[in-house]
Amino acid sequence: MKIIVLLKRVPDSEAKILINQEGTGIREDGIKFIINTYDEYAIEEGLLMKEKVGGDSKVTVVCMGPDEATEVIRTALAMGADDAVHISDDALSYPGPFTSATVLAKAIGDEGFDIIFCGKQAIDDDMAQVHCILAEMLDIPQVSVAIAFELSEDAAKATVGRRIEGGDERVETSLPVIVSCDKGLNDPRYASLPGIMKAKKKEIKNKNLADLGFSEVPGGGRSRILKWLPLPKGGECRMVEAEETSDAVRELVRLLREEAKVI
Amino acid sequence: MTGDILIFGEIRDGELKKVAKELVYGAKTIAAGTGGSVDALLVGTGAEAEAAKLAGLGVRKIAIVDDEATARYSSEGYATVLADMVKEGDYGYVLIGATAMGRDLGARAVAKVDGVMFSDCIELGFEDGTCIARRPVYSGKLYVEIAPLGGRPVFITIRPNNMPPAEETGDGGEVAARGSGIDLAAIRAIATEIVPLAGGRPDVTEADVIISGGRAMKDVSNFKILEDLADLLGGAVGASRAAVDAGFAEQPLQVGQTGKVVNPKLYIACGISGAIQHLAGMRTSKVIVAINKDPNAPIFEKAHYGIVGDLFEVVPVLTEEIKKIL
Repeated sequence: MKIIVLLKRVPDSEAKILINQEGTGIREDGIKFIINTYDEYAIEEGLLMKEKVGGDSKVTVVCMGPDEATEVIRTALAMGADDAVHISDDALSYPGPFTSATVLAKAIGDEGFDIIFCGKQAIDDDMAQVHCILAEMLDIPQVSVAIAFELSEDAAKATVGRRIEGGDERVETSLPVIVSCDKGLNDPRYASLPGIMKAKKKEIKNKNLADLGFSEVPGGGRSRILKWLPLPKGGECRMVEAEETSDAVRELVRLLREEAKVI
Repeated sequence: MTGDILIFGEIRDGELKKVAKELVYGAKTIAAGTGGSVDALLVGTGAEAEAAKLAGLGVRKIAIVDDEATARYSSEGYATVLADMVKEGDYGYVLIGATAMGRDLGARAVAKVDGVMFSDCIELGFEDGTCIARRPVYSGKLYVEIAPLGGRPVFITIRPNNMPPAEETGDGGEVAARGSGIDLAAIRAIATEIVPLAGGRPDVTEADVIISGGRAMKDVSNFKILEDLADLLGGAVGASRAAVDAGFAEQPLQVGQTGKVVNPKLYIACGISGAIQHLAGMRTSKVIVAINKDPNAPIFEKAHYGIVGDLFEVVPVLTEEIKKIL
């Protein structure tokens, strides 16, 4: 079975994000970059499928991102992925979802696939669109926000649990399919020391737009960001104090009812 | 392409999601700029009966699709129905709720019409002939204002609870049923059943009130005191990542960057210190109350009201006091 895992390099979820001086994006200096949080579940699920199906199954990581993304690719290889495709091109500095999906569709098509796993969204632009557009371009079904994945015995179908408001939806899908993964799907493994050593020898195919057959950035020119805005400052917190807890709570209830009007 | 706007009204369990009326409100903001009309599309079992909820809101036409192929949700099927309708009506804008269904089918449908989509928007405007959407990025640590470059349909998903419902105008709402035009056998991934969350409480993304617990809850059994308060107010119970990782609460309850983004009228944070990734998920709540032993906890910087104290003392008293006034 040929398993593809999509990977994105993003700022750490704990990082403080500030707008750059020109107001055209974020300040990247001093920020730690990590594997997109949800992509870790995608890597783990890919590895679990490979272990389950066995034979000549293979997990290939496909990552679009700057040269520095090599680091997150190596981490995925150290976790157990077999090889990787790294798409890097100066023209792809801020790709929109259609650009990403078009480029990824070509790279994935070149590799061949039975299942594609990716994170439910990237924690930088938070669009959650690429996997759906990619599914349409590759003409395969999609299942979004998976928290359970079970492959049929003959590996031709899968039952996927996906998280919806107020419950879980079970989806029956045929393969090939693209599945976007959420926290709760599995417990991503850590890279072992031998894994890290082995990862150094694993192949990373470096490709730019021309290598993939594009003479210009595809899918672009659809939108522009007019402004980057910081969050509005929070108001002052009104501390409700009293000697007795019950008095403080009574006052809080009064404020919530009469001032805030929320109960 | 016209300046008309189509809203996708989501039907779940035979009921129209309340975000639909908020979409009508957003659509009217755009219509005021384009001079276009607002239409609606409702897909799924019960759509026809639910269409009445959009009557009198100034929606010109409400298209209903309810046949064998749409009885159960599928990304492929629903996206095809939506895309066909967009092409046929030559809609310039499509508004969809940013829900599990809306996000999933919206991005597939936008690919079918080669449009552009702005996800999870919280505000809409119209200036100099173009629609401008405001959306959070970096998990709510910043906002951007984004505009389409024109020439293709613009899809916008809008987070529930961010816009008021459209006001009654007394007009519009002509209902017309149409076939899905889908071959059920050609759909490769389809929903087979929905397993509801245990507890019967509303989902954190849809609740007006959320009572959330953090690491200080100490044990899963202690969540009972939060559940009592939540049930009293008809609200949901939430949890911080620390509480979920410690096994005190289930992952669907998690609020924050690797959990859910919530936007209730009232958010009560109990024993939650306020890590940046938690704040990202709840900072847009209308009123935030923090209860924490540590007066220096960062949660107080985002809260509107705070009590410094032990949640195990404060929360039960809070429940009793609210009982007295309800």
